[in-house]
Amino acid sequence: MLLRHTPAEITERKALAINPAKTCQPIGAMYAALGIHGCLPHSHGSQGCCAYHRSTLTRHYKEPVSASTSSFTEGASVFGGSANMLQAISNIFSVYNPEIIAVHTTCLSETIGDDLPQIKKKAQMEGKIPAGKHVISASTPSYAGSHVTGFSSMVTAMAGMAESTGKKNGKVNIIPGWVEPADMEEIKRLAGLMGVKSIVFPDTSGVLNGPLSGEYKMFPEGGTTVAELKATGDAVGTLALGDWCSGDAARYLDKEHKVPCKILDMPYGLAATDRFIDALRTMAGITVPDEVALERGQLVDLISDMHQYLYQKKVAIFGDPDQLIAMTEFLVSLDMQPIHIVTGTPGKKFEKRIKELTAGLGRPVNVKAKGDMFLLHQWIKQEPVDLLIGNTYGKYIARDEDLPFVRWGFPILDRQGHQYFPTVGYKGGLRLLEKILGELMDRKDRDDPESKFELVL
Amino acid sequence: MGTAIDSKAAAWNAEEVKAELLKKYPPKVARKRAKQILINEALENETPEISANVRTIPGIITMRGCTYAGCKGVIMGPTRDIVNLVHGPIGCSFYAWLTRRNQTDAGPDGENYMNYCFSTDMQEQDIIFGGEKKLAAAIQEAYDLFHPRSIAVFATCPVGLIGDDIHTVAAKMKEKLGDCNVYAFSCEGYKGVSQSAGHHIANNQVFRHIVGENDEVKPGKFKINLLGEYNIGGDGFEIDRLFEKCGITCISTFSGNSTYDQFASAHTADLNAVMCHRSINYVADMLETKFGIPWIKVNFIGAAATAKSLRKIAEYFGDKKLIARVEEVIAEEMPAVEAVAAEVRPRTEGKTAMMFVGGSRAHHYKELFNEMGMKTIAAGYEFGHRDDYEGRRVIPDIRVDADSRNIEEIEVEADPTRYQPRKSPKELEALEKAGYQFKYYDGLIPDMDNGTLVIDDLNQYEAEKLVELIKPDIFCAGIKEKFSVQKLGVPMKQLHSYDSGGPYAGFQGAVNFYREIDRLVSSKVWGYLKAPWQRDPQLSASYNY
Repeated sequence: MLLRHTPAEITERKALAINPAKTCQPIGAMYAALGIHGCLPHSHGSQGCCAYHRSTLTRHYKEPVSASTSSFTEGASVFGGSANMLQAISNIFSVYNPEIIAVHTTCLSETIGDDLPQIKKKAQMEGKIPAGKHVISASTPSYAGSHVTGFSSMVTAMAGMAESTGKKNGKVNIIPGWVEPADMEEIKRLAGLMGVKSIVFPDTSGVLNGPLSGEYKMFPEGGTTVAELKATGDAVGTLALGDWCSGDAARYLDKEHKVPCKILDMPYGLAATDRFIDALRTMAGITVPDEVALERGQLVDLISDMHQYLYQKKVAIFGDPDQLIAMTEFLVSLDMQPIHIVTGTPGKKFEKRIKELTAGLGRPVNVKAKGDMFLLHQWIKQEPVDLLIGNTYGKYIARDEDLPFVRWGFPILDRQGHQYFPTVGYKGGLRLLEKILGELMDRKDRDDPESKFELVL
Repeated sequence: MGTAIDSKAAAWNAEEVKAELLKKYPPKVARKRAKQILINEALENETPEISANVRTIPGIITMRGCTYAGCKGVIMGPTRDIVNLVHGPIGCSFYAWLTRRNQTDAGPDGENYMNYCFSTDMQEQDIIFGGEKKLAAAIQEAYDLFHPRSIAVFATCPVGLIGDDIHTVAAKMKEKLGDCNVYAFSCEGYKGVSQSAGHHIANNQVFRHIVGENDEVKPGKFKINLLGEYNIGGDGFEIDRLFEKCGITCISTFSGNSTYDQFASAHTADLNAVMCHRSINYVADMLETKFGIPWIKVNFIGAAATAKSLRKIAEYFGDKKLIARVEEVIAEEMPAVEAVAAEVRPRTEGKTAMMFVGGSRAHHYKELFNEMGMKTIAAGYEFGHRDDYEGRRVIPDIRVDADSRNIEEIEVEADPTRYQPRKSPKELEALEKAGYQFKYYDGLIPDMDNGTLVIDDLNQYEAEKLVELIKPDIFCAGIKEKFSVQKLGVPMKQLHSYDSGGPYAGFQGAVNFYREIDRLVSSKVWGYLKAPWQRDPQLSASYNY
């Protein structure tokens, strides 16, 4: 037993987090920043944060992740990190020459109270930021929110680059949230298929799923360009996919640049994808082409073919709020029963939303925001499930409890391909279903007695 | 075979490479880096000086991590029956959660908390009002849930800044709980310039709070401690297998697959064998001063190095049966190793490697590459000090700067009742006369060929330039460097946590490593980088409609 010390009996814990279902804000800001073309993310704090975030992102995406750090030692921690940051800005522009530096803070620089906008002003006055180059920043103390809110803060900082000329450019801003590079690509493909001109930001496709060609580019071809980010202020509207990751940036554009926004769920599964396509149609004022209807029909077809195997199966899921909300809705729509749901990201509205989505199950559902995987495991011990869905850390629970397990979310450290295959949209729905059914059927083939082992199930 | 590999024999000039690495830096940065980049000219009695263990330059993309990573991640991470509780925001504990590939064998009923991640998950109000109460409550909750024999507390950056007195909290909780040893590590990330500071902080506290707690005499005739071995990818298991086979008893391993009791009984061993000099040499010194246990440097990476180290241990004990048994074991183990070496050698002979890892690892792995006929043309440490490069002879000359001064040195004296010299001065003298070196390490530089590059704290930009300019056949570093090197068409092997595979220690480990490197340098994939139409864009016929 890997988690042999986890008791089934649940006791209240007020101070101790065990096996978190979240991590800290800066890594989210770093991931988001990689979705800007020519951007070097910069971590303002001691260098371990940057090393950890780069390592985790690299292990998940299997791609180079470049980011710099202010490398605080004790001196900077006492006297403030301004000198380190200024030195970093000039070193970064002379050695790496990015288009833009996206700075995020850490708990260290936040606790000593470094004022990044002030430091940026100083850098500008001292001529450390070359003409035409940019520095943006997000405040991401690790003792608030989670990696999800850190991502959101950096996306909001990106929206802060928007400029409005007073003339609309006919484009729709799409903020995809923390999804895989392949998902961002799929969202662009769907918009393209519908003939919608879009600005997707951040966009890590091409950056974190790049080719192997014998060349190393610190700033690969992909990513939303600075020009595109500026143009978001002239868009006809913004679709924010997932309130936690994308809502703030969309609301900012609405408030500051009068770009109307619609906050949707992330387009995982049938219904959420339907709403995304429909919102895109209305916002852009176009007709949905038959190709999209065909993809949708294929997903409906697969759902009907698989229904017998999925019906009433109990599922435990953990991960990030935007993903979990859409996944819960999808599982319910398949007549499955998501009964234990945990996110580490705080927020009461998450629990409320999950309760609404699962109300039709006609049974109590365990849900907790600001929970951890220790609690999830205890719930599973109390009431076993047929399937577990979540990031790689779930495999310890899956093995101990002998559960079929679908890896989905962040981080996935022990499997590959997720950076290439989308799980959003109708096509993504097909892939999710294939994975879920594959796990359930593998398990059945393993467990059935010889007499029940059949070729055609 | 692909073009990418074939073209790598290109000649290069060390002076030109160094100039190229420095070219793009602002003058101040270039001056500093120049002292950390050395063209090796190790002569018989002279080792060139390198600048090491100095601050990382802000904004320069570094390979280094922080003090907390060294303390919790590297040293205490592999201890299985200690609840490692991180006091701080959630991230620090999350990132150090199982990512070092530490393995352990707790048996069916043994305690094992390695798969758990414990944190006080500090929130804004804890930063404002202080987190001591929350820490005490978290220790209590961990105790109530698991009743572990020991709880270790780790400070993260904000804890030091807001002044939480974690040591007092730990001491109070230790008293309150009674049967659980609680202690704390002031390993805030900003202390020191690299992970190395964290190793030091961890080791000091283990020495202060655990070593010597259990005086029970364990069975075994030849009792040693293995210091500086972290059981990455199962290395420690392989070394343990060999010890057992030879009849050597390993009282404790610091800290791969280790238990609380191993540390507590470490003072009952008769010899300390030091693997990673950087991370732990001072513990060996302290064990000698306080308890009278001598130490020697060993290396179990590489078959020849393993044989040499086993012989060195046997020679220390001077027991004829043990010496004979070690020879038997070597004779039994070597044929399998030699067979695989002979098999891979036609494909590895003459190939080149670069290694930038750790504080001794880059040196250790040189042995394995030697055994395959591969040459290490550039190497360096991520967190080494000058003595790791130049040998312990330079220790008196190392200037202590402000960052090193912040790391506590423990004053140790001979234990009034338990100090006991393991060898008489006469015995020691006899061994030394026979060429035996106690308390000594020669460092990396004397082992590197003339004209090769020794680079301290290599960064991403320089790594990329080195690979571009020299085109080694293999590059070894960590996960952060892996994919940028591979994009250039050069295979990259992680040597901190090993990306996959292991163990690489001992005889079986050597076999694993030969096969792994053979796989990497012979992989077909490097031949696929260019599409046929990119390799030969000329058209020979036209297509007519």
